[in-house]
Amino acid sequence: MSSLAPDVPANGLPIWDELPPGGVSEDAGSTSRRTMGFWRGGGQRPLIDLNLCVQCLHCWVSCPDACFILEDGQVTCINYDHCKGCGICANECPPMVNAIVLVEERRFG
Amino acid sequence: MPNEQLTFASKQAEPLAGGHSLCAGCAASIIVRQVIMATEDPVVVANATGCLEVCTGIYPTTSWNVSWIHNAFANAGATLSGVESAYRALRKRGEIPEREIKFVAFGGDGGTYDIGLQSLSGAMERGHDMVYVCYDNGAYMNTGVQRSSATPLGAHTTTSPAGTLMTIGKSEIRKDMTAIAEAHGIPYIAQSSPGYYMDLMYKAKRAFQTKGAAFLNVMSPCPLGWSTEPADTLVLARLAVDTCVWPLFEIAEGEFSLTYLPLEKKPVIEWLQPQGRFRHIFKNNDEGLIDRIQADVDRDWQKLLDRAGDAIPDIAGPVRF
Repeated sequence: MSSLAPDVPANGLPIWDELPPGGVSEDAGSTSRRTMGFWRGGGQRPLIDLNLCVQCLHCWVSCPDACFILEDGQVTCINYDHCKGCGICANECPPMVNAIVLVEERRFG
Repeated sequence: MPNEQLTFASKQAEPLAGGHSLCAGCAASIIVRQVIMATEDPVVVANATGCLEVCTGIYPTTSWNVSWIHNAFANAGATLSGVESAYRALRKRGEIPEREIKFVAFGGDGGTYDIGLQSLSGAMERGHDMVYVCYDNGAYMNTGVQRSSATPLGAHTTTSPAGTLMTIGKSEIRKDMTAIAEAHGIPYIAQSSPGYYMDLMYKAKRAFQTKGAAFLNVMSPCPLGWSTEPADTLVLARLAVDTCVWPLFEIAEGEFSLTYLPLEKKPVIEWLQPQGRFRHIFKNNDEGLIDRIQADVDRDWQKLLDRAGDAIPDIAGPVRF
């Protein structure tokens, strides 16, 4: 081995002088392109019934993974790419509304 | 229909995108979202090392949609005070446009109570216009649940294990960081819980509006370290308030006020029982330890009631419907 650092790393990642100075990450919110849905594994998936939903937004404000997608201030759907199936939303949905239920993941195949 | 606070928050851009690798049911990201969405001004975030920093900033990706800086474990306070001073200097010279920008630091209990205390203390003493938010999950969860000075009495961690000879778990009481922050004489100090989002967002808004340093101490239940169900995170955050383990109060310009009075003060055993880190207490049937924890909680709560005096709120009970 003559050189300590190869010019082109085998994994295709940028080499050191191609990176922005100071290790700045310029792509804000880039983890949103990652899929974390597999963390639900054999667990549970929340389903929201928008006919029952009163749009109190408790699920949206309590979600650790920002899964509830708002349009004009209204919950429209759940992003299952980010949902880890913690079930906080089903707990936070007001008991007399109960628009969110947790369903076993295996029922979705 | 959402209330006024949530309507306001729903109009703000999402500060923390999904896809980060925090555990399912982690309260830290809930706290971050609720705190930042309480203001409409642009925010600069500094982050102490901890779960939040490690899981949201895996290079080269980032979960943050706001400006974010991480330096080291011990210096979130110092880093942010430097950013804030640079901003003031550049604004004075006219090199950046006149614009209201808020500065907020997030640190876990390790980065606040223990390792980051000196830099936080300096930043508070110098009176930088910043908000420091401590998400207190009561141990070093990121490295595998080691005890910190925020770990409560009797809790099992890997460095304060409940074994056959030492059956008690952690044998020391926790440090009162909120009181330490108050001793700095800063204009706004508050203790809050993400279980009551209205309380947390109200306090975050007040902290952002305060000129000078503000300190928020927020309880952050941790399913990993507390051995609880991920779905119960916010239930536990509310239970801590209702058992008076984690009272909600604020001190604005030296004026103390309780912001939440439980409908009925629940016994502390209801708070201990769901948590795996206190399992040994029930296994050993250690009633002496439960009584000691209850006595500590009662004493601290009575102190707060005495301090509030006539200013105890008339309306008790939860703010959720």
